[in-house]
Order: sequence, then C-alpha cells, then structure tokens
Amino acid sequence: MKDIRYIFAIKEAMEEEMDRDENVFLIGEDVGLAGGSFGASKGLYEKFGPERIVDTPISELGFTSLAAGAASCGLRPIVEIMFMDFVTCCMDSIVNQIAKMRYMFGNQYTVPIVIRMPEGGGLNAGPQHSQCLEAWFAHVPGLKVVMAANPYDVKGLLKSAIRDDNPIIFIENKTLHAMKGSIPEEEYLIPLGKADVKREGTDVTVVSASRLVNESIKAADALSKEGISVEVVDLRTIQPWDRETVFTSIAKTHRLVVAHEAVKQFGFGAEIAAAVAEEILDELDAPIMRVGAPFVPASYSLEKYYVPGAEDVKKAVLATMERSF
Amino acid sequence: MGKPTKEKMIEMYRVMAKIRKTEQKLMEVFSNGEILGFLHVSIGQEAAPVGICSHLNEADYIATTHRGHGHAIAKGIDLKMAMAELFGKKAGYCLGRSGSMHLADKSRGIMGANGIVGAGIPIATGAAFAAKYKKTDQVVVATFGEGATGEGAFHEALNFAAIKKLPIVYLCENNGWAEFSPMSIHAPVQSVTQRALGYDIPAVSVENEVLEIYEAAGKAVERARNGEGPTLIEVRSERWYGHYVGDAQKYRDKENVAQAMAKDCLLNFEKDLLQSKVLKKQDIEKINADLDTEIEAAVSFARECPYPEASEMMEGLYL
Repeated sequence: MKDIRYIFAIKEAMEEEMDRDENVFLIGEDVGLAGGSFGASKGLYEKFGPERIVDTPISELGFTSLAAGAASCGLRPIVEIMFMDFVTCCMDSIVNQIAKMRYMFGNQYTVPIVIRMPEGGGLNAGPQHSQCLEAWFAHVPGLKVVMAANPYDVKGLLKSAIRDDNPIIFIENKTLHAMKGSIPEEEYLIPLGKADVKREGTDVTVVSASRLVNESIKAADALSKEGISVEVVDLRTIQPWDRETVFTSIAKTHRLVVAHEAVKQFGFGAEIAAAVAEEILDELDAPIMRVGAPFVPASYSLEKYYVPGAEDVKKAVLATMERSF
Repeated sequence: MGKPTKEKMIEMYRVMAKIRKTEQKLMEVFSNGEILGFLHVSIGQEAAPVGICSHLNEADYIATTHRGHGHAIAKGIDLKMAMAELFGKKAGYCLGRSGSMHLADKSRGIMGANGIVGAGIPIATGAAFAAKYKKTDQVVVATFGEGATGEGAFHEALNFAAIKKLPIVYLCENNGWAEFSPMSIHAPVQSVTQRALGYDIPAVSVENEVLEIYEAAGKAVERARNGEGPTLIEVRSERWYGHYVGDAQKYRDKENVAQAMAKDCLLNFEKDLLQSKVLKKQDIEKINADLDTEIEAAVSFARECPYPEASEMMEGLYL
C-alpha cells in the first residue's frame, strides 16, 4: 500500500490506462503544457506528447463533441471540463448527442467517453464555480454518472470508467483533490454500478456520494458516542444506482437519510427517497430525511453556511431517530 | 483534378436522379401517412452530395443534417435498409428507433444525420481528429446549411480543425433559407466563405452545378488527404420546398420559389450530358426506369417489414 492524494490517484488512473491502450487520450483546456488546472495531468504531456494530451481552445462544446466523434471512430477519449459549471456550455453535446448516439443509431456506434469534472464548493469561488449538477445527467437515459469519495475509489472507478463502453460523467469534488488516502501498489479496478458500505451500522442508513460520504462518516463517528449506530452507503455510481445494496441496508436499519452537496430540491437523493417509498415503504419506521444545500445559488462569502457537512447529516439522523410511524 | 471520366459522369447523373426520385417518392408516402414525424427533403440540392461523395472512399466519413437523405444516398447507403428506417421498421439502420433525422450507416462511414442544427460539425471534426490520430488517410466531410453557421458548434469546430490541420472538408449548402428565415436574418456576410477567413481556412463559393462542385471538392479532398488541413466549400444551392414537407412557405414570395425551381441542377446536368453526347435520350430513360424499379422495391420491402415490438424499446440502453 502507498499514500497518495486524490488528484494524483486520478493521474495514475489516466496514465495506467493510456499505457495499457493507445486509443485512450486526454483532451481539455490546459491539460497539456499546464498539467491541468488542478494538476490532474501533471507530467502526462511530457510522457505522451501533444497527440495524446490535447490542449484545446476555450471551447467546451467543440471539444466535447469532437471527443464524441473520435469515440465513435474507435478512440477512447477522456474529456476534462475545468469546473463542472462549465459543462453547461456542452449540454447539446452530452444530452442530445453522446447520451443518444448508440441507442439512436441502432447500436451501430459506441461512444466510450469519460467526461471528468470537479464539482462543489470549498474555494469560495461563488455561484458559477461551485455547483453540483450531477442530477441533471442522472436524468438523461444513456449516461452513467460516477462520483468518487476518496483516493482509493477515484483511481479504481476512473480506470473502470475508461474501460467502459458507455459514456460516463465522472464527477470529482474540488475539496477532495488534496485528500490523502491509501491505495495498493498493484493494479485494481472498482466496478461501476455497485455501492459500497463505507461504515456499518444498525439504526439509520445514510445514502450519499462524493464528499458527503466522508462527512457522513464523520457524523456517524460523532453519533456513535451518543449511542446511535449509522450505516453509511456510498453509491459510487448514482446512475445506474445500486438498489440492492441500498434496500438491503434499509431492511436492516429501517431509517433513511439521503445526503448530497447539491441543492436538496430535485437532487439525486429525491430519486432514492422516491424509489424507497415506491418499493419498500413498509420497511421504514420513520420519515426519510434529506440533506442538501439550500435552494439558492452557491454563496461566495457565506459558503461555509451554504455547503452541507457532517453537522447537517448529524441533524438529519437525529431528526429521523426522533420520528416514528 | 480535371473533369470526371465519362463513366464517372454517368454514375454521378444516376446518383443525382436517385436522390431526386427517392425524395419524390418519400414525399408521396409521407403524405399517405406511411412515414411519421418530420421529413426534410433536399430536392433541388442533389449536386452537392454527389459532387463531393464522388471523391470519397468507403472508409471516408460524412456527417449529415436533418436534410440528409442526399448525402446518405451519395455515400452509398443501402436503399432498402434506409427506407425501412424511414418507415420505422426493425429492419432499418437504426432498428426503427430514429427515422429520417438520424439515418446512419457505419459500414459506409455515414456518421449520421442530426436533428440539432450544426451539432454534427464538431462530431465530424472528431472523426477527422481520429483519422489523424490513427494516421489513416481517411477524409471527413461535414455538411450543413448556412443557418448552422450561426451556431457556436460551427465556429468551435472550424477553429479546432484549423489549429490541428485536420483532414476535413466543410461543405455548406447555402440554400438561402434557414428554417423559415432568409440569410439576411442570420448573417451579416454575403457568403459563408467569409466566415472561414477568421480561422485561416481556405474557402471557395461555387454554383449549384455538379461539375463545379466536383472540381472544388476534388481540390479540398486532396488537400485534406495530403495533411494540408481543412477547406470550406459553399454551394449556392436552392431550396425548392419548405423547411419540412408540409411547410406552405407563406414567409416566401411565390416568385422566389419559382426562381429557385428554375435552377435545376439535375436538369442542367442532364442537358449537358445530352449535348456532349455522353448520354442519349434512351440512356436517360433507361436509368430513370431502373431507378423507379429500385425505389419501388425498397418501398415494398419497407412496407412489408415488421415494426419493432414495444417490449424491445428498453433493449440496449447500456452496454
């Protein structure tokens, strides 16, 4: 095992897959000469050259659709969108083209593309550099949406994403980029579509993804001192999500909290809550609680009040513990 | 790049006539309600797809538009399977899932028509990127209308292709009408070639005559294949019918439509071929009769094929 930061785990995943398959290439703004805005491709330009580490104009729609065309002709692009907010410039490319190309053309073309982007607050970067928009993509048939909570997960999930033949929205979190964690020296993969029980518990299930997984673990640690046992389920892939693991956990705890950094309304937690209500409502002993950011644009000076964290998860767990049907 | 050979010219005529006749047939079966959704025909614009595809190999790519039947036929699409797709049948190229606006044939490098104006341009540019990446000698053609040149996708694609010297030809069929508005609403320039200047891409504007287009396309395809980068060709074509079949074109003077129809690239080519004695009257009749038979056979095939089952709708969303 070795210690590594989340951002370098991303780099290792890309480097190993580029070593393994010459059709894999990285494209995006400042990924080459500059080594990536957050440093995810540091050193890769020197190793693979400008043909495979492709710097682009500031042109998100153009290079994302370009990657789609290249993918349909046999390449396996990794697209880096500098901030998730900028993905709004390429919605046609992702929603109308990439998500539909294989199905719409009767399976003639496959589009093996990974679109990486960091979301979330933590930099006091304000309304247009802090958003969490994963629910938009989870709502579009044809895309897979992956979110990694720690260095071990980000490496294993990204390697699997690069090998997957479906288009994938791969979401990082800016505050996690510096996070340190332990990973094996040898190669490993983490399957997409499978959730991971990050902490076992018996009283309440918290279903989460990305940074809020770590916040939920902190909340669980604190709550254990108060005699409350929390199970933390990390979805890892929010589309398609692992119903079996989530439902099995709820059948054990009979209480559910869903937690994400995105605004609470219409977030992915709403889909989990709705599916649980639809299919296993009789397993619940109390109302479902949701944790998410308030329904306003991300705040600059008030960011610390805006971004949800362990304290919010703790409150939600206590709230569901106080209620019962 | 001189004039095409006699055999090539006869084939070019045959394909132009095939596009015309196929689309005339499509209008008929669309009016019968046998084809669903929208139908956009390119009647009057047959010269451009044939002029350019005459220079392409099967391995070369073309990305087309909502008005894309002509490009698909010129690139060699199988008419039976294409017709089955238009009729929404399971035997169609896209399993009956997509219809006219998404015709695609991977085996012949037809990357697909696109329902979003301009969206195919950067996708085609990606195919050119892949050709360069893999060091093949493939060339890509992106087709679009003048209306698409207002989209960011057009500008972003040209910018990137010029920077990277990608093997692509941008073929703009400027038929003067972007959906329901004339070009003056869409662009301050008189010619789309002016758009290419900002990207240092050589551009040429030609009349809607197949031999003129053939010559310009030959140079552009050769440049692309030699690694010299992109070229833009504007064809000053005419849109005879509406944006879609059924559009009464109330926004357009009758005179404007009559002038468009008077410029008939197929008839002009036919006259040329008769005058230069490449074809005789009876050759032309034979070609057209054979096409009628082929098109009727495709329509019969499409009619007889089954629709996909409702239960098949959920198949293949993810691999």
